[in-house]
Amino acid sequence: MSIEKVQIVEKILDANDQMALENQQVFDQKNILAINIMASPGAGKTSLILRTIEGLAADYKIAVIEGDTAPVTIDADKIYERGIPVTQINTGGDCHLDALMVRKGMQALNLEGVDLVIIENVGNLICPAAFKLGSHLNVAIASIPEGDDKPYKYPNIYRGIQCLVLNKTDLLPYVDFNLEYFKQGIRILNPGVDILPLSSKTGEGMDAWLAWLCKRINEKKHAQK
Amino acid sequence: MHEYAITEALLKTASEYAENNGAKRVLSLNLVIGDLSGIIDESVQFYWDMVSEDTICAGSILKFEKQSAVFRCLACQSEFPMVEELAPCPKCGSIDIRVISGDDFTLKSIEIEK
Repeated sequence: MSIEKVQIVEKILDANDQMALENQQVFDQKNILAINIMASPGAGKTSLILRTIEGLAADYKIAVIEGDTAPVTIDADKIYERGIPVTQINTGGDCHLDALMVRKGMQALNLEGVDLVIIENVGNLICPAAFKLGSHLNVAIASIPEGDDKPYKYPNIYRGIQCLVLNKTDLLPYVDFNLEYFKQGIRILNPGVDILPLSSKTGEGMDAWLAWLCKRINEKKHAQK
Repeated sequence: MHEYAITEALLKTASEYAENNGAKRVLSLNLVIGDLSGIIDESVQFYWDMVSEDTICAGSILKFEKQSAVFRCLACQSEFPMVEELAPCPKCGSIDIRVISGDDFTLKSIEIEK
């Protein structure tokens, strides 16, 4: 019997990161832009996705991967009703999506001719930040009633994103929300990130979000493989 | 709560290395946990005994080494350790700062019995 030390130095999530990279290569091969939408429960992920479908479905082919922790298809049904290909992933109580779940979602969808894949992550501000999925862009949604202190309380989710949608701006007159304090927190965590205030309910600010997204879909559509 | 998934990934990696090195069992694992990794060591420890039961890692000890986060200021290029998570650059006051280390969770080595 002998005792031996084995040097490893491996990131624990290397296997997930590797699979995420492979997912992204599949999207790249097909010139599909993949976006990962993260937010707390009730921030308006599904509403934003529905609004986005409304705004873009005439010009682009969209598919949706819905992540939910419980086996309910409430969100997926709403998308399906709009004639958009959608697949639901039940994480079985897990608090986040990972690259393997997204791969299964990709396999369940017909991705031929698709321009945009929207991945709706599980509603949670902590866990999804740790798991890469293979998306090209990570978008976080914050909403006015959640409060202006979220960047200070859940910093990790805001570090790895390319766009921050601030939803439910129609509630600003009714809630104590200091926009400057909120933006300052986001900027210190992620300098230069695009912050887009909007209301999925009234449609205010939606044009800027759709323009932001279209620009990136088009870039991916015409990118060299 | 994502520590459960992370702990499963840790078990997979450690078991692979142990088996490839002809181990009979794993005695301990040396882990480096970054301040900004978002991982709670007590939580990993809690799940570890559960997920490693009846595996080559059963009964092994987790040894955590904490790694401080380091930021770089893009305005003045200075590097500084994290004091407070959302504090600006202590030298020039800029908020244009990036994390350069301390956001990972790494398995550094394992001790095995052959």
